[in-house]
Amino acid sequence: MSKYVLRRLLIAIPSLLGISVVLFVVLALAPGDPFSELATNPNVPPEVQAALRAKFGLDDPIYLRYLHWLNAMLHGDWGFSFVSRMDVDTLILQRLPATLYVIGSAQILALLIAIPVGVYAATKPYSLFDQIANTFAFIGFSLPTFFTGLLFILIFSVTLDWLPFVYSTDIKATGIRWVLEMIRQAIMPVAVLGLFQAASMTRFVRSAMLDVIRLDYVTTARAKGLGQATVIVKHVMRNAMIPVVTLIALQIPAVFGGAIVTEQIFRIPGIGSLLISSILSNDTPVVMAVTFVFACLVVLFNLIADVLYGWLDPRISLR
Amino acid sequence: MLDKELRSMIGKVKDGRMDRRAFIKRMAAVGLTAPLANQILALGGVAMAEGPQVYKPTKRGGGGALKLLWWQGPTLLNPHFATGTKDQDGSRLFYEPLACWDPDGNMKLVLAAEIPSIQNGGLAADGKSVTWKLKPGVKWHDGKPFTADDVVFNWEYAKDPATSALTIATHREITVEKVDDLTVRILFNKPTPFWADAFVGAPNTIIPKHLFADYKGSKSREAPTNLAPVGTGPYKFVEFKPGDLVRGQLNPDYHMPNRPYFDTVEMKGGGDAVSAARAVIQTGEYDFGWNIQVEDDVLLRLEKGGKGKTVYAVGGDTEFIALNFTDPNTEVDGERSSMKTKHPLFSDPAVRKALSMLVDRESVKKAIYGRAGRTTANFLNGPEKFVSKNTSWEFSVEKASKILDDAGWKPGADGIREKDGKKLKIVYQTSINGPRQKTQAIVKQACQKAGIDVELKSVVASVFFSSDVANPDTYAHFYADIEMFQIPLSQPDPSQHMRRYLSTNVATKENKWQGTNFPRWVNKDYDAAIEAAESEMDPVKRAAYYIKANDLMFQDTVFIPVQHRLKVEAAANNLRPIISGWANETDNLHDWYREE
Repeated sequence: MSKYVLRRLLIAIPSLLGISVVLFVVLALAPGDPFSELATNPNVPPEVQAALRAKFGLDDPIYLRYLHWLNAMLHGDWGFSFVSRMDVDTLILQRLPATLYVIGSAQILALLIAIPVGVYAATKPYSLFDQIANTFAFIGFSLPTFFTGLLFILIFSVTLDWLPFVYSTDIKATGIRWVLEMIRQAIMPVAVLGLFQAASMTRFVRSAMLDVIRLDYVTTARAKGLGQATVIVKHVMRNAMIPVVTLIALQIPAVFGGAIVTEQIFRIPGIGSLLISSILSNDTPVVMAVTFVFACLVVLFNLIADVLYGWLDPRISLR
Repeated sequence: MLDKELRSMIGKVKDGRMDRRAFIKRMAAVGLTAPLANQILALGGVAMAEGPQVYKPTKRGGGGALKLLWWQGPTLLNPHFATGTKDQDGSRLFYEPLACWDPDGNMKLVLAAEIPSIQNGGLAADGKSVTWKLKPGVKWHDGKPFTADDVVFNWEYAKDPATSALTIATHREITVEKVDDLTVRILFNKPTPFWADAFVGAPNTIIPKHLFADYKGSKSREAPTNLAPVGTGPYKFVEFKPGDLVRGQLNPDYHMPNRPYFDTVEMKGGGDAVSAARAVIQTGEYDFGWNIQVEDDVLLRLEKGGKGKTVYAVGGDTEFIALNFTDPNTEVDGERSSMKTKHPLFSDPAVRKALSMLVDRESVKKAIYGRAGRTTANFLNGPEKFVSKNTSWEFSVEKASKILDDAGWKPGADGIREKDGKKLKIVYQTSINGPRQKTQAIVKQACQKAGIDVELKSVVASVFFSSDVANPDTYAHFYADIEMFQIPLSQPDPSQHMRRYLSTNVATKENKWQGTNFPRWVNKDYDAAIEAAESEMDPVKRAAYYIKANDLMFQDTVFIPVQHRLKVEAAANNLRPIISGWANETDNLHDWYREE
């Protein structure tokens, strides 16, 4: 087992290097530069712009810039933002709590809806409940989040005036009022993202359950006289959850990556909005750091999913 | 003639036979109102007065929270590193300049005790120095006194190339010296008619010497106070999250009486202009929304029964179409639009003239800019004193067709005009932005009617405005026949703006397209007018030179002005923001209050 994990970790190194090369080259080749806003500012002479480019090493050849970046990254220096003139890691850490809170809650909401609904729908396939669940699932994943987001804002903020649509990181309240306010402002974004995720996940859970529920050992368990609940929870679900675990494990990096569109609509200061504003202002060190961290997380959680397999299903041996 | 009249009026104000207000009224009557009117008086020997004050609150604080929504939030809080106005806006909450600009372009005192004039000895008659007296008793937020040393330090800090301050251009040509603890003198190396650049306005606010002295030069980026400002302003710094939030609280020791009105200030970033307008005008979650460039009918709809309204400020921003005087389709020595070529179509003045008649400015105003735009024939639209009255524009497909007919451009079999085998086909580029693409469509339609084929091209803003040498799609490369955008006029004076188009500033491969004269228009008369204006101390003659320069551009159709654009902001109905078209939105923040 530990040998397996070690081997997987070693394999991860070249793949991460490969990913970083691709990311770096693509970003370096992308048009635009971080000082474009200066171009039409009559107070800033072009020489200053050129001097800044030189100072931040933008005029060096790509391979040199990559080696500099790699060297710094190995020393734990994530880079220096051109736009904010501060370290990238501070910038990312500042944005992390909002993303973890909102996207994390949305994932939990999605699971809380998807697993019970999916399991129940699978036990009674083509029943009325199953039909309704299916219909909602289809509607759910057909509607993009930017549409449902705006719809929610129109209904709950503009028309009914119940919920705020600008997410605020400094709520002027303490204790229970602070908690309530935090929940109130997260309701819309969490609902938008959570329902979207829940829709596709429900379909997934349902089909995973249906695959298992027809197997002979389930019939055997029922023949032994076990109750419906025990059969479903203990015998069916445990096996059906294996593919679901993979899906969830692969979604966890997304929790860190944020949701670009939703964060933009509700002005949530998360990683997603940091990424998009950095892309728009050509702040390459930030874009590079965010995407690379994201890549690392994907590789890591893939590994975790594989290890979890072994634990859920002892028949799968890891070598 | 105008010259003489003005001169006698200045004389009257000087002797007290005419009051200042009457003077400004008379100026308005002859079309010479506003911003520099007061600078005219100052240089004519009359002390410059402060703009009228309309501040009502009678005590400091008690106004609750002021919630500002900047859809592009500040990303850093050191004014010397500000890459855009958003950063200057954020820094201005805490840092202050010696003086700022009010909505009429008058100078307003902040850290200075009096406005320099010839009478009080502040202005040298030869225009080569200006002496500022500082307000006594001003304290930094940490309790240290504000003195002339701080002002001198800002100059030293910014002019050092190793600091890589973006304010270097303002500071490197001047010398700043301390006269005494509360007096500084700025020396210019040539007569400088517009002396109010350094230390004036939001871009030139003053940072404390005692906190930045150790971080001058190459260590500039390590200063902890880059992200946690300690200033002299109405609000003390509380918290900063780049791109997301800036927070401040009332400064109890603020040096202006009864100010500020609000107890706390919060500047939230992120999102887009439309939803910012909604959060201010429709739901009232925020008090003020910055730069609401949204189509007018959307704003009108939001304003119906809403909790806020739009606020406009007139400045000098012109949306224009620039014509390329070189050939963008022929490559010479590895560059297109080379100075060694002439534009095959635009070298005929008739084509340029016809093109300017095909831009329907009234329709663009009606369909796109609405209350936020004004039609104009001039490239230079402000300050008022510099605006030419000698120009006019009209939209007429018939007249344009006639001009082309007379010049020998006859419609071919496909309806496109041609002459000597050259077809009237042009490429029209701009940055991607809703109003700009709509304008392109309006112009293209009219051109088609007149037999000109227009190919539209739109480039992502981050590329279009970049200084990337290798990218052919930047506005400076100008590898198209015509292009449209705007260059903001950031202070109430046209000098920086107009000197961009000197022949020596042509953008070429040799200067890595850093030259600012992107239409590559060369005109000796223009060069002479600008150079004369730059050392002309007589304000009236100086204005005349700039008007002449504008008229030369008009005669040659270098630019087709599409719209004189106003600043658009959104504010809660009861908020009384002071917004100047000549300054950043937060430049007058200390005077904002809420009507009870």
